[in-house]
Amino acid sequence: MIKARVTVTLKNGVLDPQGKAIEHALGGLGFGSVGSVRQGKVFDLELNATDKAKAEADLKAMCDKLLANTVIENYSVSIT
Amino acid sequence: MKSAVVLLPGLNRDRDMIAALTKISGKAPVTVWETDTEIPDVDLIVIPGGFSYGDYLRCGAIAARMPALRAVAEKAAKGVMVIGVCNGFQILVESGLLPGALMRNTSLKFVCREVKLQVANANTTFTRNYQPGQIIRCPVAHHDGNYFADAETLARIEGNGQVVFRYAEGTNPNGSINDIAGIVSDKGNVLGLMPHPENLIEAAHGGSDGRALFESALGIAA
Repeated sequence: MIKARVTVTLKNGVLDPQGKAIEHALGGLGFGSVGSVRQGKVFDLELNATDKAKAEADLKAMCDKLLANTVIENYSVSIT
Repeated sequence: MKSAVVLLPGLNRDRDMIAALTKISGKAPVTVWETDTEIPDVDLIVIPGGFSYGDYLRCGAIAARMPALRAVAEKAAKGVMVIGVCNGFQILVESGLLPGALMRNTSLKFVCREVKLQVANANTTFTRNYQPGQIIRCPVAHHDGNYFADAETLARIEGNGQVVFRYAEGTNPNGSINDIAGIVSDKGNVLGLMPHPENLIEAAHGGSDGRALFESALGIAA
């Protein structure tokens, strides 16, 4: 069993209205140090596999085909 | 002309679309279910609006990977006309049949109201019954209609005349870049738009500005 975490974030330059709303809400709670917030997604996956190199290649393919929209999002894969 | 409507779990504008196509073409469209791997021989395929697969992951993301959408892509590659409205537009960008992406409205609010559209290109299969630059009324109802494309893609689609509808008169409801409301593919046979022309086709709707879009596609003279 291989456990992996995929993190999907918006590319630089892509407007993130949800991140902006969270940023403003944090400011409203008195967290004056918050300069900016970008919202993303985290996927935790369990793979029935043992070959970490193949698992990583598979995970990247999953990101390209479904988990991320590469028009607007970047992704990173980490195997734990 | 024969038409087909793609049905997916969570769509809710399919009935309106079937009614509009039936009234305008005089013939009921065939329906295609999510698991269908083949689409009958038709001239026009329409993907209606709604919330396919609960908008899980990203709007249209799951639908775009279903067998029916692979079949749509095969037909589109052969030059069959495809229209995606609202969630249908989101599905077309997720499937790569149209460039760009549709993101959360900048207001973060679901918008359900009437907007004004300018016909930015009246020289397409879908808009030939409109006048160039014509301003039409059309309803919108969506949460994720904020069109985005990177600078290079945007310059390309603008240069090619692929932007066919723009929000006009300050009615951009979602923050779309360049007020983009609808685009066509580079070959011109795939149209995606966020507004709902099928909901403005007869007097009972309060207007019929959307009718010419379907009449254009179906080859019905203005």
